[in-house]
Amino acid sequence: MEKTTLFDKIWDSHVVKSVPAGPDVFFIDKHFIHEVTSPVAFLNLEKRGIGVKYPHRTIATPDHNVPTVDQDQTIKDKLSRMQVEKLRENCKKYGIELHDLGSAHHGIVHVIGPELGVTQPGMTIVCGDSHTSTHGAFGAIAFGIGTSEVEMVLATQCIMQSKPKKMRISVEGELGNGVTSKDIILYIISKISAAGATGYFVEYAGSAIRNLSMEARMTICNMSIEMGARGGLIAPDDTTFNYLKGKQYAPAGEEWNQAVAHWKTLRTDDGATFDKEYHYDAADIEPMITYGTNPGMGIKVVGSIPTTEGMEGSNKTSYLKSLDYMGFAPGESVKGKQVDYVFVGSCTNGRIEDIRSVAEFVKGKRKADNITAWIVPGSREVEKQAYEEGLVKILEDAGFELRQPGCSACLAMNDDKIPSGKLAVSTSNRNFEGRQGPGARTMLASPLTVAAVAVTGMITDPREVFPN
Amino acid sequence: MAYDKFTVLRDTAVPLPTENVDTDQIIPARFLKATEREGFGDNLFRDWRYDVEGNPKKDFVLNDTTYFGKILVAGKNFGSGSSREHAVWAIYDYGFRCVVSSFFADIFKNNCLNIGVLPVTVSAEFADKLFAAITADPKTEIEISLPEQKITLLATGESESFDINEYKKDNMQNGFDDIDYLLNMSSEIDAFAASR
Repeated sequence: MEKTTLFDKIWDSHVVKSVPAGPDVFFIDKHFIHEVTSPVAFLNLEKRGIGVKYPHRTIATPDHNVPTVDQDQTIKDKLSRMQVEKLRENCKKYGIELHDLGSAHHGIVHVIGPELGVTQPGMTIVCGDSHTSTHGAFGAIAFGIGTSEVEMVLATQCIMQSKPKKMRISVEGELGNGVTSKDIILYIISKISAAGATGYFVEYAGSAIRNLSMEARMTICNMSIEMGARGGLIAPDDTTFNYLKGKQYAPAGEEWNQAVAHWKTLRTDDGATFDKEYHYDAADIEPMITYGTNPGMGIKVVGSIPTTEGMEGSNKTSYLKSLDYMGFAPGESVKGKQVDYVFVGSCTNGRIEDIRSVAEFVKGKRKADNITAWIVPGSREVEKQAYEEGLVKILEDAGFELRQPGCSACLAMNDDKIPSGKLAVSTSNRNFEGRQGPGARTMLASPLTVAAVAVTGMITDPREVFPN
Repeated sequence: MAYDKFTVLRDTAVPLPTENVDTDQIIPARFLKATEREGFGDNLFRDWRYDVEGNPKKDFVLNDTTYFGKILVAGKNFGSGSSREHAVWAIYDYGFRCVVSSFFADIFKNNCLNIGVLPVTVSAEFADKLFAAITADPKTEIEISLPEQKITLLATGESESFDINEYKKDNMQNGFDDIDYLLNMSSEIDAFAASR
């Protein structure tokens, strides 16, 4: 028997047809949609006079542009309101399940999919959002698509895709104190660069990955796109099955047993080959933070910004342009720099474990006076849990402002914008120029590091503030 | 939807050598609040093109009238980040029909092909030649021939071939899109779906 990878097994079983000298006609099991990248797709369906082929395979929620205050009221921003209303209208018209604002499972699309048990091993999952790679944590092939492809999925449940190359990234060993899955992925991206995995689909493997919780795995897979990869996945195991068991859309009874038996076959065969492999030692990873304007520009919190040695031409110009935007100089250390905002949230780190880790460390402390601290749960379910576990009280006592679920300041489509020139340390996924608001400067880090920054008011290694 | 046919394009070009240009720069998120596809060109590269008061920034290439044309020659790793197709709509709406770079982000490239903007990947050396030639003479013309899969710097005759799969090439030349193809194989898809 040919030795195949987990990725091959799932991909190959979803090819309806291979076009000669062209892409594969690729079948999609589950499709998530939101208010920003779907309206034009629906509009085009109308223009073509066709409908949605398999409405039960699509699930919708408004997340990108929604306000994170007063969600029970009409959305004030006219354009945002129109997009959300369009989504409601389209879902109603075509019979698509909608988790609307205020409903029990409203939230960021990549948070609610797993929560509902919609995301399952072996599936193909797409969404008009590049962080769809999050769902790969369950051993699914999940990736972001453009609006033309959203239209294709709605109309035919297929897209035309050329099979990416395969990469495996193995992280072995034990993580040090204060080091989280966010640090692992920021470390990997800093090594591979923001474009280093372009054209590849990544499998994350190794003991350090296997030892992670489902939520921590989602953080890793979520940021696969930040090194250019189409997506990233992790072989399903007992951690995956335990997470899914009993979830609303997970199989039950005898179907559950059958599903688990199948899911257990979803692994890379010993001896299967990848187009590229990387190996890292977990012990080398320390708390990480970004200093530039793409997620590949990351260093240890206690490290210094690389100098321009060895750079030339547009590479050097682009590097200096990036540092200029951030107000940083080559060679300087970031530790001790004064920060204005912290943001805990997004599809990367807006889950209950993230909020727990922040709450645990700020308990009994107070945020620094110069810090504005926003905490935005990834979903209503996360919000509910945070209240039930008493985390909200702890965070509010520490001076954090709790907002309602949504993508919020991760991309600043709504009013949650970091003011121009201000420096934010954020648990989200992108530090692009203006990502969190025009002129805003963003440094990406783990929830733990963000908690340390909130308390001290400056860039701080969490191990110094929270010794255990 | 069916789009413009692309065969041979001969025009001047706009150079943007900055590397790692992400789709948030091409079209910032706050301008994505539309329910139709037109009109994004006004906000193409919004925060590089205009200051906070909305005045054009003189040092940005789109505000430099020396440079114009339907070809955008961009730096390495162009179109990274968000999958927003709005980025390509903005590029198209502004008037570009072809983007040349030594390296494209995946989803961006797919999005280009899906709406009929031709992404041409060239070697880093050829990209440097293009930047140098355009900067030396903004009126320099570039020819992109899809049938021949060839890009030529007309002033010197230097050229390079580029890759595109036959299926996409055929689509671009005829203005077909993937949905036309997929709708034609509806029964095969139904059979596949039923087997799952």
